Amino acid sequence: MINYDDILNRDIVALPPSGIRKFFDIAEGMKDVISLGVGEPDFATPWHIRQAGIRSLEDRKTRYTANRGLMELRSEIAEYMRRRFYLQYDPKSDILVTVGGSEGIDAAIRTLVAPGDEVILPQPSFVCYEPIIRMSGGTPVIIRTKRENEFRLTADELRAVMTDKTKLLIMPFPCNPTGAVMRREHLEEIAAVLRGTNIAVLSDEIYGELTYDGSHTSIAQIDGMQERTVIISGFSKTYSMTGWRLGYACGPAPILKQMTKIHQYAIMSAPTTSQYAAIEALRNGDDDIAAMKQQYEARRNIMVNGFNSIGLECFKPSGAFYAFPCIASTGLTSEEFCERLLYSQSVALVPGSAFGAGGEGFVRASYCYSVDHIKEAIRRTKLFLDELKNE
Amino acid sequence: MENKLISLINQNARYSLEELAVMLGTDTETVAKMMDQLENKKIVCGYKALIDWDKVDNTHVTAFIELKVTPKRDFGFDELAEKVKKFDNVESVYLMSGGFDLCVIVTGQSLQKVAMFVAKQLSTLEGVVSTGTHFVLKRYKELGFDMTGGISDDRETFSL
Repeated sequence: MINYDDILNRDIVALPPSGIRKFFDIAEGMKDVISLGVGEPDFATPWHIRQAGIRSLEDRKTRYTANRGLMELRSEIAEYMRRRFYLQYDPKSDILVTVGGSEGIDAAIRTLVAPGDEVILPQPSFVCYEPIIRMSGGTPVIIRTKRENEFRLTADELRAVMTDKTKLLIMPFPCNPTGAVMRREHLEEIAAVLRGTNIAVLSDEIYGELTYDGSHTSIAQIDGMQERTVIISGFSKTYSMTGWRLGYACGPAPILKQMTKIHQYAIMSAPTTSQYAAIEALRNGDDDIAAMKQQYEARRNIMVNGFNSIGLECFKPSGAFYAFPCIASTGLTSEEFCERLLYSQSVALVPGSAFGAGGEGFVRASYCYSVDHIKEAIRRTKLFLDELKNE
Repeated sequence: MENKLISLINQNARYSLEELAVMLGTDTETVAKMMDQLENKKIVCGYKALIDWDKVDNTHVTAFIELKVTPKRDFGFDELAEKVKKFDNVESVYLMSGGFDLCVIVTGQSLQKVAMFVAKQLSTLEGVVSTGTHFVLKRYKELGFDMTGGISDDRETFSL
């Protein structure tokens, strides 16, 4: 009989599973769960974008596209980068259309990181960077971003961990789960540290359009940064297109050329239907972004105010669609808090510890929900806190 | 901020002043003042509930009436529109581009009653050349609300 222990790659077996598996299992058997647990928009993909996908199927656009993606789409991405961020990218050599932002992250890290390399990774942040760095044989060097800095990365923190082995800096802003953003002045400080080094930057800007109280600045816009930066972005969050699985990477041609090889061998080309829909999104979707952003902003305010009013201190995040309240005052770990809240009031939150170092003591609450839904979740969370007090 | 306020109350007129203030990142006094201004300027003309009458009783019908009219010198279509809007069962009156002139939305307790209203009251008005009556059979969407049950949240409870 085959021995799976022998055939499985030990490095893969050693990867920890996602920190929310257990909560899935608990919530599965429950009725009337009020969830603030998802990382995807509640809006449907705008109808004109869906129609563009449908039309492409009617027109028999059902084949592979070029490995890098449809030229028409890459041109639209280049135009978008120019229009929104004043950044020049050549659609022929500097842009790769990927299967979601996730594939772009994977391809960029695998392209840059070799065994022995160190990768600086601010946490709490999205869960995929660390395992991919490890699978590439790299060593993640974690920086715990701090609440007093509103979970931004600071120049001092960066400087303190840089070595001659540092290959890559991950910049996960606007940040899932903290909602932190890096404004131009903050990016200038980081750029001042990086300038003159040979360190590359992976800037995950998938939430870039969801920046409030001002607009998003990419680190590639700062002097000397574009030549070292791979921007990862996509359509999932911006246009409510999570299920279409479409993203893109923009960066220097020598890096993109190698990423394209990985993409070519692993993926061939991103989904064709999605690429046609994405062309429509970029051409005619600016109004959709504005409308959704306005809704998110109002919901954010209701949520942050709600958590603060029931005693869970929460700073006002300026990006993405998550609030990250502190639950340390309850004396529970974030996992205990989430588990007991789920059992007691059927409210689903994600423990901050699922997002790595520095997430302990916090929970992630998504505001991709209607205002009434958010209010109900806060109301129930208060009941739970009252229960704790009476124990 | 006024535009944001308008957009919020256009979604839900029942948000409290406190909730609106939080969502807009301001205080209740400012919102109250803005609301007063919107009402005084008649930008906000009123508030009413969106009711699914099919669930209340079977005696509520709505019809879209097309009116072709002869515009009057000096007054155009306005004079006739002013007369049409006086009827209590006329819910809306619009001047239209295209194949007819005035669109009149009429509600009544039965097809019969609405039809009689058109025949006796509207078509006999001076200047009305012809009428066309279209009854609403089913409401799928009204004022932005899905009237057929909507779509439930099909997302998972958790995703990272």
